[in-house]
Amino acid sequence: MQPLNATRPAQPQSYDPSPSIWSYRFQRLWLTPFFRRLISLGVPAFFMILSLGWFISDDEQMQGLTESVAEMRREIEGRPEFLLNVMGIEGASPALSETIRTVLSIDFPISSFDLELVEVKARIEDIPAVLSAEVRVLSGGYLSVVVAERDPVVVWQRRDAIVLLDQTGAFVADIFERDLSAPLPMIAGEGADLVVDEALALIASAAPISDRLQGLVRMGERRWDVVMTDGLRILLPEANPVRTLDRVLALHDVQDVLDRDVLRIDMRHPERPTLQLTPDALTELHRMRGTFISNGDQNG
Amino acid sequence: MSMLYQSQRAMRAKRQEAMRRGVMAILDIGSHKISCLVLRFDDPEGFRAAEGVGAMAGQSNFRVIGAATTRSRGVKFGEIDAMQETERAIRTAVQAAQKMANTRVDHVIASLAGARPRSYGLVGEVSLQTGTVSEDDVARVLAACDVPDLGEGREVLHAQPVNFALDHRTGLADPRSHVGNNLSVDMHLLSVEQHAIEALLHCIKRCDLELAGLASSPYVSGVSSLVEDEQELGAACVDLGGGTTGISVFIKKHMIFADTVRMGGDHVTSDISQALQIPTSAAERIKTRFGGVVATGMDDREMIELEADTGDWHHDRRRVSRAELIGVMRPRVEEILEEVRARLDAAGFEHLPSQRIVLTGGGSQVPGLDGLASKILGNQVRLGRPLRVQGLPQSACGPAFSACVGLSLFAAYPQDEWWDFDVPADRYPARSLKRAVKWFKDNW
Repeated sequence: MQPLNATRPAQPQSYDPSPSIWSYRFQRLWLTPFFRRLISLGVPAFFMILSLGWFISDDEQMQGLTESVAEMRREIEGRPEFLLNVMGIEGASPALSETIRTVLSIDFPISSFDLELVEVKARIEDIPAVLSAEVRVLSGGYLSVVVAERDPVVVWQRRDAIVLLDQTGAFVADIFERDLSAPLPMIAGEGADLVVDEALALIASAAPISDRLQGLVRMGERRWDVVMTDGLRILLPEANPVRTLDRVLALHDVQDVLDRDVLRIDMRHPERPTLQLTPDALTELHRMRGTFISNGDQNG
Repeated sequence: MSMLYQSQRAMRAKRQEAMRRGVMAILDIGSHKISCLVLRFDDPEGFRAAEGVGAMAGQSNFRVIGAATTRSRGVKFGEIDAMQETERAIRTAVQAAQKMANTRVDHVIASLAGARPRSYGLVGEVSLQTGTVSEDDVARVLAACDVPDLGEGREVLHAQPVNFALDHRTGLADPRSHVGNNLSVDMHLLSVEQHAIEALLHCIKRCDLELAGLASSPYVSGVSSLVEDEQELGAACVDLGGGTTGISVFIKKHMIFADTVRMGGDHVTSDISQALQIPTSAAERIKTRFGGVVATGMDDREMIELEADTGDWHHDRRRVSRAELIGVMRPRVEEILEEVRARLDAAGFEHLPSQRIVLTGGGSQVPGLDGLASKILGNQVRLGRPLRVQGLPQSACGPAFSACVGLSLFAAYPQDEWWDFDVPADRYPARSLKRAVKWFKDNW
């Protein structure tokens, strides 16, 4: 039994499901495709462009941004994954290895971002003793340099220095910088380095007399002289020097011309080989023939 | 009349614009519920019939993409009574339908459930000048109809040419290019009360919508719930709504009569409420759950709890048998049906070749109604459901939504009305520039 003046629970207000005029209008506006695109695309794009423009227009901010980007880049570059610790040089003599290290003068450890491999390769190949080089960054911070060295084949005697040349005539090293395992043929004369291959061919064909061969001299940058240890010279022509030398050797085989008392064998005109005898031999020859010709030196 | 012509043409123009835009809303303002459908027209050119594929009753070129129903407020007898309330209810329905469709609708086609429609049959006759019926002649014959005195404060809602006759030949659907001397037309004119239209216009304007068409609710329910044969051979559609019961008679696919009985399901509810001393909402619930019109012995034993929360112990624990409930409902339903019978008799429905009557609307869901209706209205009674249209949710497929579906069909395929034809040149005021332009257009 409840008292007559009992408070009854308040009747729940009947809920009005209808939207207010403004929410209705707003929803209709929101369902308008143009408005929707404007809000969802246009306005964000506008604000993005606006803020970007404001940011760019401020130099200080821009500087800070570039600095922080650079800092980030440095951090990434400095990570141990990108660090090079060791350089290994393959295919080079110890002296050349030392030269390469000196030339490159890289302070390890160094980030692989700071190392321009193409430039390193160019710098190594600039060393005269290096024919070609390959530079690679291997895993584990290893900079691998594979070098093909130039092999010296001749000694070129110049007025100022004695140097080693390879087959192409390229400079390899000073003669004092290398310990040569075997003696190399010697060439001399201006422009001799330009025709090293011809010199090598001459030396090869002069193999029968190699024990007496002193070297080759380039005369007037056009032809060769073969110089023997006893001072005998074979003057070769400009054209076909190897064949001419072979003829001389054939002459030597038959008549032992090189063992005779001869000062020069002049083959400059191949059709007319000319011998210059030593003065003693000439005197003796005149004496044997019964003629005397005074010394040319005295007659002028 | 000229004002009407202008406003109807303006509505037609808006409808065309909505078709171009591809989205239109349907608003059925009833006394019990307000429903809104959002239609999308895929192909404004209309359906192109291919071989073996018909137009599917004109529903193949639109699709329902949004549907919402809300409890109606402020509507009495199918007429807007409290504008603010109705406006809110319309907003609720439109907003929910828009949300479901995820698009905004600007154009709306609405139906008027009540507003005391009155049908008139008009006849017009002209003699042809050229011997061949041209479009201009059709316009002239339509304009030649004698408009009856509609009465104070009444407005024309529909004016549809129903039948054309050329000399002695009648029953022409399209008289153009036929040869004859005398062209006459039968026109069906439906007038409604002006204040109902004005209230509806005001409410729709307050919801920021544009009215693209107006239709009478009995007419559109008939369009959707009568099958094609029934429309062709003659049938009546009885739309048992909440506040009104709409009657429309169709023959040869044209509406020839429409009327409303100002009684409906809400009156049944209020009867229950009064008889059983319960609130209206409880009465509505009991009516829909246990209601019926034919009592059997079983119903005496089926007891319905009348639960209430008044604090009076005895009052809160009453029980009634279902037979008692039926005893309350049946007289009112009979009264409605008898009134319908009277209206149909007044319209001369018995002279029609077919006496088919289709019951639709929310009230037709009462169990046993078809049996009761066949006793009162004749034995060719069936319960009708609206056509299926694409995309309509299952919850909106029942007979209560036949006016909605009919409005959709009406929106997609409007009936030719008087104002779809040009005004003949001699109807323009003399000395009008328009008249000169029209004369030039017609003659060159």
